[in-house]
Amino acid sequence: MAKPIIQMENIEKHFGNIIALAGVSFDVVPGECHCLLGDNGAGKSTFIKTMSGVHKPTKGTITLDGKPMHFDSPRDAMEAGIATVFQDLAMIPLMSVTRNFFMGREPTKGRGPFKRMDIKTANDICVESMRAMGINLRGPDQAVGTLSGGERQTVAIARAVHFGAKVLILDEPTSALGVRQTSNVLATIDRVRKQGVGVVFITHNVRHSMAVGDRFTVLNRGKTLGTAERGRITAEELQDMMAGGQELASLEGSLGGTV
Amino acid sequence: MADTAQIIVDERIKKESFGSRLMQRPELGAIAGVVLVTIFFLFTADSAMFTLSGIMNFMTPAAQLGILAIGAAMLMIGGEFDLSIGSMVAFAGLIFGACVVTFGLPLIIAIPITFVFAALVGALNGAIVLRTGLPSFIVTLAFLFILRGVSLVGLKLATDGSTQLRGVRDAVEGDFLTPLFSGDAFGGLFAWLAEIGLVETFNNGAPKVPGIPVEILWFIALALAATYILLRTPYGNWIFASGGDRNAASNSGVPVRRVKISLFMLTACCAALVAIITVMDAGSTDARRGFMKEFEAIIAAVIGGCLLTGGYGSAIGAFFGAIIFGMVVIGLSYTNFDQDWFQVFLGGMLLIAVLFNNYIRKRVTGER
Repeated sequence: MAKPIIQMENIEKHFGNIIALAGVSFDVVPGECHCLLGDNGAGKSTFIKTMSGVHKPTKGTITLDGKPMHFDSPRDAMEAGIATVFQDLAMIPLMSVTRNFFMGREPTKGRGPFKRMDIKTANDICVESMRAMGINLRGPDQAVGTLSGGERQTVAIARAVHFGAKVLILDEPTSALGVRQTSNVLATIDRVRKQGVGVVFITHNVRHSMAVGDRFTVLNRGKTLGTAERGRITAEELQDMMAGGQELASLEGSLGGTV
Repeated sequence: MADTAQIIVDERIKKESFGSRLMQRPELGAIAGVVLVTIFFLFTADSAMFTLSGIMNFMTPAAQLGILAIGAAMLMIGGEFDLSIGSMVAFAGLIFGACVVTFGLPLIIAIPITFVFAALVGALNGAIVLRTGLPSFIVTLAFLFILRGVSLVGLKLATDGSTQLRGVRDAVEGDFLTPLFSGDAFGGLFAWLAEIGLVETFNNGAPKVPGIPVEILWFIALALAATYILLRTPYGNWIFASGGDRNAASNSGVPVRRVKISLFMLTACCAALVAIITVMDAGSTDARRGFMKEFEAIIAAVIGGCLLTGGYGSAIGAFFGAIIFGMVVIGLSYTNFDQDWFQVFLGGMLLIAVLFNNYIRKRVTGER
């Protein structure tokens, strides 16, 4: 198996007297989709925020390409090649697709006081990147607010890939989407993975994770319960691990196995 | 990736008409407003209003307000308010007056000092807002009173009990920077235009319009610079992003704190510029300088298409918003209407502008 791009070992994160993460280990190798599953409150959000530089871990080590790393800000993590697409997508509805695409990293031309945004290049790159992801924009100046949820998700992913993400963290990208949009996003994940990017797919939907995942890690009550490879675990087992076992099993019985 | 690069035409997207694309420009409302107000005064006002001297008459107050409004608009696009800019005009006026009259400093020192003080207060405003997370509305409301009070007390100290500091004109007379901040520009050109009969003259042959008041040039230059910054620089993109969604912007690597603090400083410096120009123009400064200007500036910015929630707006819009303002204030004196209708008109404009902006925002974001 390829060497991991990023490796996180025994990460702990305490907020005051609350232990949000109590020893989480996780790694990502290039070109895989590593699913991080967990129920609400399992610590998924805290964990990815630690991975993307928003929080600093209380304990534990982060190794990037074999070297220990400390992220002081999301910007640090981004520069190291770790891109995160948060649930809010970091998209601003009132701004155009291009302006969102390059937000914080605008291409410029000219020097000194005449340094300005290279709008034409930005527009071209944006339209081209979106087309590569299978979306045709009405125009690069179209406001993001007019895009559907799936399209916005795709803009955010295309943006991360364009800026050279080695690890792409997707925080519940399918949780608010319809069936068709979900399959579009899953297809996008597959495309990104084939380019050699390591994708971290966070979800609580086992079926979505089974559709694209190469490896599966379950997070429960701030701890990882181990990592399984594709084909070595069933959807039912993942579901049970997420819920912590017994209670859901009995509940599932009474609901006829539909959960 | 190439397999998906073919062009897929989505049959559900209608082609947008030119009109509806135009509707998405934030400054459209203000331009329409200028047209409406012009038509109104063409019918009701004395024809003198639209002669060259009439235009200069309403452009001068428009420019003084407009410089504030452009600063206010940029700050509003960045997602914050500054209610202290009116008081800042008085405060900066005091600093400037004290520098030139009390301490006898030349303009080349007095003007930078004034800007530095204004920028410091702006930065303080911004730092408090960002540090505490309180709404800028309330923090700058506090500074509205603090600065007004400090200006009063300071003026009394500087003048032994009076609230007016005189003698600015004598103090700046002959300074090489004076023509940049007061009087009229292009005097020679206008004298020549009068000679060849293009500009009306008084009986003694002097042109009725001696030149373009410098504040109008500052106003135009500032509007162009602000528009360029907003639409064509990375910093401009950061302003929109910071105002649109602070979290999203900072998650994308936009230095939101730096952007917002610099905007507070810029707005304060706009107020200082207005203070310098008006104090030199009047030859004195007083504690009521800039009274209520913060609201007028925000109204001009809103008429110009700025959303109260930030992230959307335009400097050119604020430019036209301020011109509407000047036309109405001055224009009513050319008509038979009671001048105090001005305030009613202003409130009405504000209400229409807010409703219109709200509608535009829904169109732009595709909300239903």
